[in-house]
Amino acid sequence: MMHRRNTAGERVTINIDGKNVEAVVGESVAAAVLAAGAGATRTTPVSGAPRAPYCMMGVCFECLMDIDGIPNRQACMVSVTPGMKIKRQAGARTVGGAS
Amino acid sequence: MSEQACDVVVIGAGPAGMRAAVTAANEGLSVTLIDEQTEAGGQIYRAVARVARTRPADLTLLGPEYAAGGDIVLELDAADITVLHGHTVWQISQDGTVWCSDGTKAKSITARFVIMASGAQERPVPVPGWTLPGVMTAGAAQILLKSAAMVPDGPVALYGSGPLLLLVADQLLSAGADIRVVAETTTFKDYLNAAPHLLGALPASKYLKKGIALRRHLKAAGVPIIKAPNGVSIEGTERATGLRIIGKHGQTFEAETILLQQGVVPNTQASWQLRLDHAWHAAQHYWYPTTDRFGATSLANVFIAGDGAGIFGAEAAAAAGALAGLGVAHAAGNISAAARDQKALPFIALHKKAAAIRPLLDHLFPPPAHILVPDDATIICRCEEITAGQVRDAAKLGAPGPNQLKAFLRAGMGPCQGRMCGLSVVEIMARAHGKSPAEIGAYRIRPPLKPLSLAELAAMDDDTPTP
Repeated sequence: MMHRRNTAGERVTINIDGKNVEAVVGESVAAAVLAAGAGATRTTPVSGAPRAPYCMMGVCFECLMDIDGIPNRQACMVSVTPGMKIKRQAGARTVGGAS
Repeated sequence: MSEQACDVVVIGAGPAGMRAAVTAANEGLSVTLIDEQTEAGGQIYRAVARVARTRPADLTLLGPEYAAGGDIVLELDAADITVLHGHTVWQISQDGTVWCSDGTKAKSITARFVIMASGAQERPVPVPGWTLPGVMTAGAAQILLKSAAMVPDGPVALYGSGPLLLLVADQLLSAGADIRVVAETTTFKDYLNAAPHLLGALPASKYLKKGIALRRHLKAAGVPIIKAPNGVSIEGTERATGLRIIGKHGQTFEAETILLQQGVVPNTQASWQLRLDHAWHAAQHYWYPTTDRFGATSLANVFIAGDGAGIFGAEAAAAAGALAGLGVAHAAGNISAAARDQKALPFIALHKKAAAIRPLLDHLFPPPAHILVPDDATIICRCEEITAGQVRDAAKLGAPGPNQLKAFLRAGMGPCQGRMCGLSVVEIMARAHGKSPAEIGAYRIRPPLKPLSLAELAAMDDDTPTP
């Protein structure tokens, strides 16, 4: 969906739905997910429709993902860190862990 | 008494917030600046310091207006200010207590004055298919370009109106994107309505020249700029595959990435939560909290600077930040009214010059009717998947305004808390009831402004007052 035209900066390895991918320090999780070609960041609780980041600035809440075991986080507002584990969120989040 | 206290809390590190914080600090006030992002700059100067450090060639691509933001970031770095990056404000109390969290632990800061500089968001653009993956705002694509040097793969189509539409199209083109079309909603009637404001815009003629240059550059590169006065629909099932122009000669353009833009509107979540006085902007169809030239609001200890008080752009926002800093310095007793007014003169002039373009833009690029009041089948509340038709039906059944609508449909009660559907709901209900938006009113915004976990709340220090 997106590609990096420049990869200047420190690289980190993150894990998206079990797959290791490279990201660049300073990027948001949402950006890294788009660059990894992962498509949707979540499915909706109402109809199960796939959704992807719409605003990239913390307004639309379409990029809610499970990041390091905490669900419902705005992936566009969280920067990548080494070893970060990211999961797509299916439907509503559940209390106490990944859905 | 909370653990942390200061004279001024500034919320938001865009041009208005940075300049407000620096100005207040220079007048001898203790300042804490809270920002949701991990780097200063807001959306307009997003990541500007990092871009200058790690990929300086991109400053050329993003333009001198963007690069200029680096100077304000340097001013902020040099000032004696406590900056809390990566902190999300989730409540502001009328007494000046600001509640925030870094994602692990919530805390409160008590301030004599609060300057809100939470800026703008892009107007949501509800068209058929706009919830499909591959559809985002033009600003979102620009944020990806600024903050991550990212460019869309495959064919790209843009739809909407206004300066940001052409700017993003041009920047993405220069960055190597395959731009298939720019579809504009601006009509001949809009040009007629805007014409009387042309003379007044001359002090800001550099913006006009830039707009003309962008259009010329796109055309020279072979990008079709076409008219789409009746709107568009987005094709695709699991993700966007094309942009269809609605109309007699409507064509479909293949596109994997579709970027929407219909102007920007003030981010009013916090100003509504504080129950400040608001007014309705008739030409641009948005709410704004009413302020004086120093950003003073209907609450004596709360000031607002920048686009959060009405859309005037980045240069005007920086000037408004300085004015709010001076306004607070006077209200705090640090400077006399005469000193405030004297120091304000250059910033009032700057603001006036930068804002001179707005009446022209406001009338040239109004959000079109098919966006304000979409067809029945179009989703307007993305979180709860509520269509415009459902809102109309609820109005017919007796829901008088946005807050009653929540009980009928749950519109505005999903994670975004009405940020995406709020303006659409106001317009649709106003038309359904034959009332003005001001009579219909807005969603009542309550804390938390952004969701936070019980764990973050539980981690608060014991001496923190209860919210």
